[in-house]
Amino acid sequence: MSMKWKTNNLLFIHITRVTAFLILALSIYLFFAGHNNPGGGFIGGLMLATSILLLYLTFDRRKINKMLPMNYANWIGAGILISLLTGLIGTVVGKPYLTQFFDYFTLPFFGEFELTTAVLFDFGIYLGVGGSALIIILAIAEDT
Amino acid sequence: MSLTLFAVLLPFVAAIFIPLLYKWLRSVHTGWFVFVIPLVLFGYFLTFIPDVMNGNHYYHSLPWVPTLGMDFSVYIDGWGLLFALLITGIGFLVVLYSIYYLDKKREALHNFYVYLLLFMGAMLGVVLSDNILVLYVFWEITSLSSMLLISYWYKREASIEGAQKSTLITVFGGFTMLGGIALLSIITGTLSIQEMIAQADTAVNHPYFLAAMILILVGAFTKSAQFPFHIWLPDAMEAPTPVSAYLHSATMVKAGIYLVARFTPFFGGTAEWFWILSSFGLITLLYGSLSAVRQKDLKSILAFSTISQLGLIMSLLGIGSAALYFDVPDEIYTGAVLAAVFHLFNHATFKGSLFMAAGIVDHETGTRDIRKLGGLMTIMPATFTISVIGAASMAGLPPFNGFLSKEKFFMALTDVTEYSIFSIESAAIWFPIIGWVASIFTFLYCAIFVFRTFGGTFKPDNFTKHVHEAPIGMLISPIILVTIVVIVGIFPNIISPVLLEPAIASIMQGIPQDHPALSVDIYHWHGWELELFMTIAVVVLGSLLYATMRKWENLSIYQRERDPVNGLYDYSLKGLVSSSTGVTKLQMTGRLRDYLSFISVFLILLVMYTMFKFDAFGLNLAGMSEITVYEAILVLFFIVSVLAIPFIQQRVAAVALLGFVGFYIALFFVIFRAPDVAMTQLLVETVVVILFMLAFYHLPGLRKEKDKPTFAFPRVIISVAVGITVTAVALGANAYQQGHDLIPISNYQVENSADLAGGYNVVNVVLVDYRGLDTVLELLVLGIAALAVVTLVKLRMKEGEDL
Repeated sequence: MSMKWKTNNLLFIHITRVTAFLILALSIYLFFAGHNNPGGGFIGGLMLATSILLLYLTFDRRKINKMLPMNYANWIGAGILISLLTGLIGTVVGKPYLTQFFDYFTLPFFGEFELTTAVLFDFGIYLGVGGSALIIILAIAEDT
Repeated sequence: MSLTLFAVLLPFVAAIFIPLLYKWLRSVHTGWFVFVIPLVLFGYFLTFIPDVMNGNHYYHSLPWVPTLGMDFSVYIDGWGLLFALLITGIGFLVVLYSIYYLDKKREALHNFYVYLLLFMGAMLGVVLSDNILVLYVFWEITSLSSMLLISYWYKREASIEGAQKSTLITVFGGFTMLGGIALLSIITGTLSIQEMIAQADTAVNHPYFLAAMILILVGAFTKSAQFPFHIWLPDAMEAPTPVSAYLHSATMVKAGIYLVARFTPFFGGTAEWFWILSSFGLITLLYGSLSAVRQKDLKSILAFSTISQLGLIMSLLGIGSAALYFDVPDEIYTGAVLAAVFHLFNHATFKGSLFMAAGIVDHETGTRDIRKLGGLMTIMPATFTISVIGAASMAGLPPFNGFLSKEKFFMALTDVTEYSIFSIESAAIWFPIIGWVASIFTFLYCAIFVFRTFGGTFKPDNFTKHVHEAPIGMLISPIILVTIVVIVGIFPNIISPVLLEPAIASIMQGIPQDHPALSVDIYHWHGWELELFMTIAVVVLGSLLYATMRKWENLSIYQRERDPVNGLYDYSLKGLVSSSTGVTKLQMTGRLRDYLSFISVFLILLVMYTMFKFDAFGLNLAGMSEITVYEAILVLFFIVSVLAIPFIQQRVAAVALLGFVGFYIALFFVIFRAPDVAMTQLLVETVVVILFMLAFYHLPGLRKEKDKPTFAFPRVIISVAVGITVTAVALGANAYQQGHDLIPISNYQVENSADLAGGYNVVNVVLVDYRGLDTVLELLVLGIAALAVVTLVKLRMKEGEDL
């Protein structure tokens, strides 16, 4: 992003260095919280996009490309594929497409926790939403 | 999931891995990995033969979208199995051939084999699905993969045009067929083909019966290239030759034949079915063979010949359907279906080998033009032998399999003259005449194909490369096919109990199981019957025409290669493009507010019409919760901000105020205890702010538009009307619920989210579990939209450019 008005804003850069990763962590937390508490793939994905966008607002595009050498369009494809394929799990045992499974397990020290295929499904949403938001905004930003 | 269901899906699964294999194992030709799949499937489908031979069928169903009655059900009977074996059998031969045809270094093999596997899976789905909606889905995937394969060399203009033409025509037909499917499901109340067939007796009297028949037939005719829809097939020859051999002669174009035969127990026995099929079939047969003679390109000859042969099979199915008019038909009515099934098998073998031979000639000489070719007999002896056998079989010469089915064809045509149903009397004589004339020209183009390519003198100046025989790998597949041609020609009865009888039994459902028509015995010598004289006359007259070719080949009608029906297509395509450009120009003003107006007006009209029609207005304030002070204040602020927006002159302030509105909405969500939605709303607002910051400096200042009040006024009306509509719907819905004591579905979802889905956040459970399919599809839409935005931004049109 080459914006003429951008100066070397020290405060902004330093705050971003910290907050971007906090937001990223929050996005991961929201994603995992989704099943039982507010959150989930869609919200998490948007949060992921905002954290990366914050980096783009602050730093040079070239620097970020070096830091995060990723093609966000691939995220969309990967996300959709993950969601579609987890749907197939049910069909292997003769259940309808997109049947989700879950069970509770108990581990020493950690206590009871839940494993569910819905998380995989949600992860697809997470990637897809994040990737979509990112490429739309970056395309517009790059164009200007 | 049963193994059979997996067998149908295996090509799709394999298609996912092909690009990876192509990337990681470049040293091995990707075709070798693909080769395994049809081979395994072929072996697997062979194991069904003993069961199907005994008259059994295999059925397995998996609920897919149970609420729509859309089950992924596999039904394997004789007819489906014959196709499954053809698809996988020819499939692995074609893949083997393609390994030598397509260069490992120069070609985009990953694309090619992904499309090919996509097609293979879809085609298996078409012929093995019992649920007609599932069949339709696979049907359209075959059109799609065919389009991708035709445009495989997408840098060539002709490839793109051929792909476009085939897609427009076959998808038009497929869509028409969907209409027929809808009518069929209304008539019978089921989506299972076999259950439909069980109701055939009562369905005939339904008022939609004829409409359903015609719509289904349009689908079948476009796919199987029947006149006048045939024009896409010659243009589809732009595809690589393995594709032409596989899709455009052996399998995909026979999907229409498959469907017609599959529905023969349902529609068969009616006069309309008989007449439509037999007349279109015969016209196509004659038209195809007459056009094939005029072609100068080897693959074009084969394309028109395929059209003609498909017409032949189609007409036989029409004639054979007459048998179902009777409970116990006479023998003269039952021969045609045998001829159809037998010829279908034979056509796949000899036409496949001929296409491969044409591909070899093209590959080794660099041209397919018969005016340049000649004298290849000594240079390419193996290819020559293959071509001679294939062409002789196609021309109907003994002892090859084409002779046997051609005899059966003549027999079925002459039997028509003895029919006493469907008021056929004087028209009957045209059946054998048309079939016979077409066969003469079939003989002629077979002769042209062989002798113009391999006979005559070799002219080295015509070729840019060194001409030599093809490598052995390329020859294996056609050799296997011509071996089948010869073996089946000499011992036809080795396939009759295995493949033909079960297939005929599934087409002729409804006649007694012990009827003699269902046991097949094919032999060469029938005695000095009319059919034999017809064949002899075909050979004599065909040879005569070929011998006198020098006299008539300069006629202008012979010189014209292009099919005149193409003119109609070009004309309507031009009309379609120009009129849709007109419609687009009318509505695409480039101004966002116009689009918003369109959407809003349409919404108002549609919803208000429905509201008035069903008298859904109502006002019932019982059971409402109290309005708290909080809410009242919030609403007040909300209204003030919204009303203020139109009066603001600066863009920043306007956007900030719009942001306020968004955050107010989020607050509403918080008050009504919907933290997920509130969070989503906040995040969306945040992202919009970022987007705005990025774009802000490049936007022009808000122009003060000096619109006349007459222009602004409608917009006020529209916005007020939207508000009224939404309010009326909300109030009406509430009143309706109060009046009818409805229980919201959310109760069930809230109560069961922890037990059934293992999640306490019901919003999330709805997204990932209850309505998972919606979510996946929404994600798909979002992804497509994102890519579209990127495309629009990056490929921005220059000034004056237009779509």
